[in-house]
Amino acid sequence: MERKILSLAMVILLVLAFCLDSQAKSVIKVDGSSTVYPITEAMGEEFQKVKKGSVHVTVGISGTGGGFKKFCRGETDISDASRPILKKEMEVCKENGIQYIELPVAYDGLAVMVNPKNNWVDKLTVEELKKMWEPDAQGKITNWKQIRPEWPDLPLKLYGPGVDSGTFDYFTEAIVGKAKASRGDFTASEDDNVLVQGIAGDKGGLGYFGVAYYEENKDKLKLVPIVNPKTGQAVLPSIDTVMEGIYQPLSRPLFIYVNLKSVEKPEVREFVEFYLKNAPKLVKEVGYIPLPEKAYPMALERFTKKELGTVFGGEPEVGLKVEELLKKEAKH
Amino acid sequence: MWEYKGRLSKYLDKLFMIFGLLLCLTGLAVITILLIDLFIDGSPRLTLKFLISYPSRSPEKAGILSAWVGSFLVMFVTVFAAIPVGVAAGIYLEEYAPKNWVTDIMEINIANLSGVPSVIFGLLALGVFVYMLGLGESILTGGLTLALLVLPIVIMSTREAIRAIPQAIREASYACGATRWQTVRWHVLPYSMGGILTGVIIGLSRAIGETAPLVTIGALTFIAFLPSPPISTEFPFISFRWLLDQFTVMPVQIFNWVSRPQKEFHLNAAAASIILLLMTLIMNGFAIYLRYRFRRKIRW
Repeated sequence: MERKILSLAMVILLVLAFCLDSQAKSVIKVDGSSTVYPITEAMGEEFQKVKKGSVHVTVGISGTGGGFKKFCRGETDISDASRPILKKEMEVCKENGIQYIELPVAYDGLAVMVNPKNNWVDKLTVEELKKMWEPDAQGKITNWKQIRPEWPDLPLKLYGPGVDSGTFDYFTEAIVGKAKASRGDFTASEDDNVLVQGIAGDKGGLGYFGVAYYEENKDKLKLVPIVNPKTGQAVLPSIDTVMEGIYQPLSRPLFIYVNLKSVEKPEVREFVEFYLKNAPKLVKEVGYIPLPEKAYPMALERFTKKELGTVFGGEPEVGLKVEELLKKEAKH
Repeated sequence: MWEYKGRLSKYLDKLFMIFGLLLCLTGLAVITILLIDLFIDGSPRLTLKFLISYPSRSPEKAGILSAWVGSFLVMFVTVFAAIPVGVAAGIYLEEYAPKNWVTDIMEINIANLSGVPSVIFGLLALGVFVYMLGLGESILTGGLTLALLVLPIVIMSTREAIRAIPQAIREASYACGATRWQTVRWHVLPYSMGGILTGVIIGLSRAIGETAPLVTIGALTFIAFLPSPPISTEFPFISFRWLLDQFTVMPVQIFNWVSRPQKEFHLNAAAASIILLLMTLIMNGFAIYLRYRFRRKIRW
């Protein structure tokens, strides 16, 4: 009896195994930011379809920092990044002889959100946001009244992404002026849906995360216009305001970094070209904001010319337009 | 006076029973509500197509083929690594080890290991398996990592099971002239198999739901192809290349879907959770069946 079951199982396994194709195939390895992940996933899916399965794409979510660690050891072909490469990471890459091409692929708007019952916030300035979020605010700024005297006497409850995320890095850089400088007494979660639930159930709640999460939860949240410090106008994040660079300083470009050695592989070169050509359509589909039309051909040119290095020089920078970015001289 | 005390005791006895029952029901109610919620969300997505599709950017096309195959293969490696090592260690500690301080230290360490957070095992595996031994971010690495994780559970349950065998059995075996190994091989091990299997299954049920250590060693999220097949058309017909292939597992896929903004992905996550529950149930069922078979053979 036992023997029979065993041999039956073996036969099933055998049949299964024969159904699967056994050819060895070339694999393009991508890892990095979970924010950029949905875009690269979409690209990988479509690219595999176009190549009829002769090329495989794998995408991991080690985070921007974790992705660069692997990238600078030469373990991946492409690294997804929600912020430019940092000095420390550049040094590691240099030590290992890894050269790379930096390509912006999309925009992400960071939205500041409050509870729908909140009827007093009409707009927020960078200074007001800084007052709420800076490290000195810890334990001191706990009431809406403290931000503007005319606002109600209601506890201010803050929600934000975890300290390991690129979103946290960018927000603190843009608002407080220094990456990772933030008060610690806010509700942090790596899962933005948890933040949505928190703000939706808390009249005094305020939080920030990618605008895609607002699009899916319009009934539970209220978007706050942010005053652009350069023009003095209050702006709501939308495809247009982010794309035209009016929603500042809370829009950021997302990047992919391509290892120069991998570019020698025809399938990687083809994949990156596919990526930049299909970005306008697919980026929108997965809830992000495409770069302005001119930017993609410029990025493609940068890629075909193999312009190495980063235009940021390892320093986080806020509020740059992508066209300006692509014109800047790279450092490496 | 004591009559009054006796009545009080009886009263307390009943009270405790009701209290205990209530606690049990609370636990059950919570899990039932969770399961019902999961089924309401996930059942519309539970189709055959969901099982045989790869992940995708559009939720209604996305499936869990690479995830469940990955989970299955990783567990396969875990079983083959954890059982021999764990059972052998348990037998050594219970039947052979001298009672001295070295053994004591080993015992304390094994007990402590079971309390170590799983992500620590992931970091250890990243250093040892991925980099030092150069196994890469492979199914083999994943399976061995989870094997380390369940090893303490397997060792402890093996010892418990062996301890439950009456000393008289061993003495009878020795009396017939059997060596220590023969006694272990033909008596101790077969009789304790039921208990050992229970421990193995508890361990595996924990391992199949683990995300953190596998993400640490580099389990992928998007992988739209299967590992190399275990059978090849050329001699020797069996291939172990799949051991070194990249993979993803169910909990990683579920975690990724849960953190997406689109609600449709959350439904996919619920459906995948149901499948994961089913996989655990099937594993448990198989173990209960095996235990029943082993127990039936024992006639003392």
